[in-house]
Amino acid sequence: MATPHNPNIEQVSQAQLLAEAADAAPTRQASLWGDAWRRLLRNRLAVIGMVTVVLLGLIAIFAPLLAPYGQAEVVAAELKLMTPSWNFPMGLDQNGRDMFSRMVYGARVSLLVGVVAQIIVLAIGVPIGAISGYFSGTVDNVLMRAVDVFYAIPQLLLVLLMVNMLGPGMKNIFIAIGITGWVTMARLVRGVMLANREQEYIKASKVAGAGNSYIIMRHMLPNSLTPIVVALTFGIPQAIFIEASLSFVGVGIRPPQPSWGQMVGTGQQYIQSVQHLMLFPSLAIATTMLAFTFLGDGLRDALDVKMND
Amino acid sequence: MLQFIVKRFLWFIPTILAIAAVTFVMMNLTPGSPFQPAGANNLREDIIKQIERNYGLDKPLPVRFVIYLGNAVRGDFGESYTRRPQQVNDIIARGFPISLQLGGMALALATVGGLALGILAAVNQNGFLDYASATFAILFYSVPSFVLGIFLLIFFVIWLPEWTGWRPFDLGGWDGPSDWILPTIALGAGPFAQLARYTRSSMIDVIRSDYVRTARAKGLAEQKVILKHVLKNALIPVITLVGPLFAALGTGSFFVEQVFNIPGIGKFFVVSMSSKDQPMIMAVVLLYGSFLAVMNLVVDILYGVIDPRIRMSIRGE
Repeated sequence: MATPHNPNIEQVSQAQLLAEAADAAPTRQASLWGDAWRRLLRNRLAVIGMVTVVLLGLIAIFAPLLAPYGQAEVVAAELKLMTPSWNFPMGLDQNGRDMFSRMVYGARVSLLVGVVAQIIVLAIGVPIGAISGYFSGTVDNVLMRAVDVFYAIPQLLLVLLMVNMLGPGMKNIFIAIGITGWVTMARLVRGVMLANREQEYIKASKVAGAGNSYIIMRHMLPNSLTPIVVALTFGIPQAIFIEASLSFVGVGIRPPQPSWGQMVGTGQQYIQSVQHLMLFPSLAIATTMLAFTFLGDGLRDALDVKMND
Repeated sequence: MLQFIVKRFLWFIPTILAIAAVTFVMMNLTPGSPFQPAGANNLREDIIKQIERNYGLDKPLPVRFVIYLGNAVRGDFGESYTRRPQQVNDIIARGFPISLQLGGMALALATVGGLALGILAAVNQNGFLDYASATFAILFYSVPSFVLGIFLLIFFVIWLPEWTGWRPFDLGGWDGPSDWILPTIALGAGPFAQLARYTRSSMIDVIRSDYVRTARAKGLAEQKVILKHVLKNALIPVITLVGPLFAALGTGSFFVEQVFNIPGIGKFFVVSMSSKDQPMIMAVVLLYGSFLAVMNLVVDILYGVIDPRIRMSIRGE
């Protein structure tokens, strides 16, 4: 499966040439990332997605400043299940806690799960994929058979089993998503490595006497960076979705800590009398997923990455 | 081709074994005995030991695994721990047809709707229909099935009767066709959108290819070009999506069944998880894993049947 040259790189450089010609600024230095950034900004949906994601990030970071009450603070037990009002813009929940405050802290949980789980995925998936793709042969075979087994079980099912084993709670969700999610990343990195391995500059580097680790770290990984970045942008909402699903059926984030999925799950018991308990967290999950999809699609187009999976 | 099928079929066995082993080990690493739910009836230590012996849980793990596999191969998945004296087989025989029906209807919605929308969008590239379908697709593609289910529930079951007095759907259950509509939409919308997106881009790739230009140049009617040349080739990559689609429908059904209170195996599975009903968990995971593996096998074979180029490359192997 060795391609003589990497079509992505060629396309990018063509696009660079075109962009330069269009801007009529012959002296401007066009870098891959600078170009991609400019293309991203021209994509309206991607910008909307990016702004939403940044806003969510800010909400998550500054949650204690934004939330008028604590994440599990009972504000008015006698007013429980109160619908949205001027004082409580998202109403109160079944225990008389402020929904708005819980939503804000829920953003924190969602983003934290997304980011930390993806860091674990990166830490496991990239080295395995790189080694597998670079050395091929037996190492590759063994690793890829392991990957096949993981692939046979859907990630959500595996995470369900694993969280059930480890017990609920945020830390265990990180671990479960990380351990089950590296497979996709490893496959991706391996594919890119395989494609890049046969290129002339790698051969040149070998001839010049570079060692394997030098070639992987200095040549191969930087050239695999764009698909990894795109995969991360899609991996974060995937992790958020898994956490929400787990918490929805009651095996995820442990109460009283709020999570959007868990709020939807408990809200379902009261659906016939009040709907705001489910409506706001559902909207938040949908918005977050949508924002990441917009951003991911935009990034993929801007970086011109072909996703095989 | 036959060799390929046999090879793929043999690969099926270690896959199922691995799934069984992983599930078995994970379940047994789960702290707590299924007979001692935290905080509930506090049985004496020696009584728990006695019960565990009755269920053969005192034997070493590998021995138990082999015994389990032996029984499972003979079609005996044991007795449910929490729903005694019901057999796991009976519970699954009741729940699985419901889940299968839900999944089948969602799949039908996804394939028929997704292909149609994708084709229409590609033919009207950059037209109104294209943008409308892209918007729809990205919405349904991003929103998880259970969240969509909640929206449908709130809007059609609670708000619509409140506003209009018309009550088309009940709050969950699985008693008749009116109960089928909302869950099918909730479960099928994601795969529907994914298929539409994928079909569109695959169609557009083919439309731009040289042989389509040739077909047009020789004066073939546009309809014929699309149906005979474009569609046939564009659908080949779409088939790769069917595998992940089944996975999405399967796991999605766990949560959609929870939202709409449908008595399928998904709902049983979630309950079994928290009550550590090991025979139930094992049986559902195995059933589900084999189902997926068979579907992937079918997809692979289908792939070879449809595309002669793939068939040739397999033969050459």
